[in-house]
Amino acid sequence: MPEFLKTMLADQFWFSIVMLAVSLGVVLGVLAPACILAERKISAWMQDRYGPNRVGPWGVLQPVADGVKFILKEDIIPANVDKVLFVIAPSIALFICVLGVAVIPWAGEIHFPWMPAGQTVKTQVLPLDIGFLFMLAAASVGVYAVVLAGYASNNKYAFYGSMRATAQMLSYEVPLGLGLLVALMIHGSLRLEVMVDEQAASGLWNVFLHPIAFLLVLISGFAETNRAPFDLAEAEQELVGGFHTEYSAMKFAVFFLAEYANMVTSSALAVALFFGGWHIWGGPGPEDTGLIAALVKFAIFWGKVLGFIAFYMFIRWTLPRYRFDQLMRMAWKAMVPAGMAAVAMMGILVALGWHGWSPTMRLVTAFGGNALLVGIGLLVAGRSKAPITGRQDYLPPVRAQRAT
Amino acid sequence: MNQMHMISLAQSTAAPAAQEPGYAMLVVLLAVALGVTIAVQLLTHLIGPQRRGPVKDATYESGVDPIGDTRRRFNVRFYVVAMLFLLFDVEIVFFYPWGVLFPRMHMPEYHSWASQMRDMGFGVSFFVIEMLIFMAILTIGYVYAWRKGVFRWD
Repeated sequence: MPEFLKTMLADQFWFSIVMLAVSLGVVLGVLAPACILAERKISAWMQDRYGPNRVGPWGVLQPVADGVKFILKEDIIPANVDKVLFVIAPSIALFICVLGVAVIPWAGEIHFPWMPAGQTVKTQVLPLDIGFLFMLAAASVGVYAVVLAGYASNNKYAFYGSMRATAQMLSYEVPLGLGLLVALMIHGSLRLEVMVDEQAASGLWNVFLHPIAFLLVLISGFAETNRAPFDLAEAEQELVGGFHTEYSAMKFAVFFLAEYANMVTSSALAVALFFGGWHIWGGPGPEDTGLIAALVKFAIFWGKVLGFIAFYMFIRWTLPRYRFDQLMRMAWKAMVPAGMAAVAMMGILVALGWHGWSPTMRLVTAFGGNALLVGIGLLVAGRSKAPITGRQDYLPPVRAQRAT
Repeated sequence: MNQMHMISLAQSTAAPAAQEPGYAMLVVLLAVALGVTIAVQLLTHLIGPQRRGPVKDATYESGVDPIGDTRRRFNVRFYVVAMLFLLFDVEIVFFYPWGVLFPRMHMPEYHSWASQMRDMGFGVSFFVIEMLIFMAILTIGYVYAWRKGVFRWD
């Protein structure tokens, strides 16, 4: 290997650029199209039909054909739209999904043989000390793409679709934030690589400690990416295509691609925060920094992410879509209180000195706290007269404002 | 033993400090993201055909002539939800610094920081009481919104 390449790979900045090329290529170029194909194949399989099978063996070249077609089609900008916002909206969607993959700690640290002893590079595009906040911020800006697309289109379907999607994404960001806060309180660090390293060092994934927080993050993840059963924004029967009704050619493809890229990103986030990242029992640990170990870690991480994506797809074809009032009620009346309770529970444990305890003690107490919360939740649910997602006909009308 | 731990900690914090691309990488990332975004959109705009017409440029309304404009009133509940979100999300943002610092009070590797905090009068009880007050305020707002029927959509 030439000398300049060695020094480049040993420097974090240049290595990050290599990682950027790799992760962008993998996520946008390979994984997102592969997900689209996989989704069509899985839906076909679950609905007892063939799915794409004309382009290439088993239709594997279908995404390529689709991509070429998207580029060659006419890019229609209707006469009534707000042209500037109409172009900006898909740009934001794509921009955000490029930013989102940056802070994911793919495979721990690598030590190349030609580097000085003890020095390593992180397999991460952006090893920020506020990586966690960066990811959250990037995810939040994604709402703008939906709002602007719906508003700029000047189309009723698009407008109502975007209204629904916005309300949904905003509402589910609150429980998402609370669930992630619990994971944050386990580690006391905003660095994603530190979180993964600590989980790997103890062998205790956060999902075992705080299953409620994980459930909150998982459900909010479905809602944030506008996936079924929360895909009201593009409920075909009611709103045609939702916020991207007026978009055509590559602009439409960008929204489509961004949805799948966001799915990959949120799966990767869930894996890193709750499923130990690249860690598996008996696999390489944080101190294994060889190239082979890094590749193994990379494979484990991707295996977990792919498992999550498959789970997303199975859910899509298993659960029916929620009604809008059910959706909002579930977010505000069920998940927000649950998130607050989970944070309070973790706060009490931390105040009692949870971080100084032995791993077994930590597991038992955290799991006990979660069990207690589930018990309280079941008690409250049992005492209420209807499920939170049922029609709440028994409720009295909201008390009118007293005349002053 | 304790000294050994301190030394290993110093090494582990010193090594990444030298290997930190920091915000220079962020600039590259933003540039790449912007480049990808613009390139993709320009590509389709330049390659695709341009055959415009009054019907094709019309707003899509299931094939019927569009009735009126979309700039009209919409349900106020969406607005209320957005307002509520603003309230809650800002408050959750305040949770994050607390969520980072509070666990460090009991972490062995932050022992010196924690004792410094205690000397200044910011012990565990300070962290707990501070957050309890904050959560109480949040809960009052939440209960108020609930009683006002903000979360009722039917």
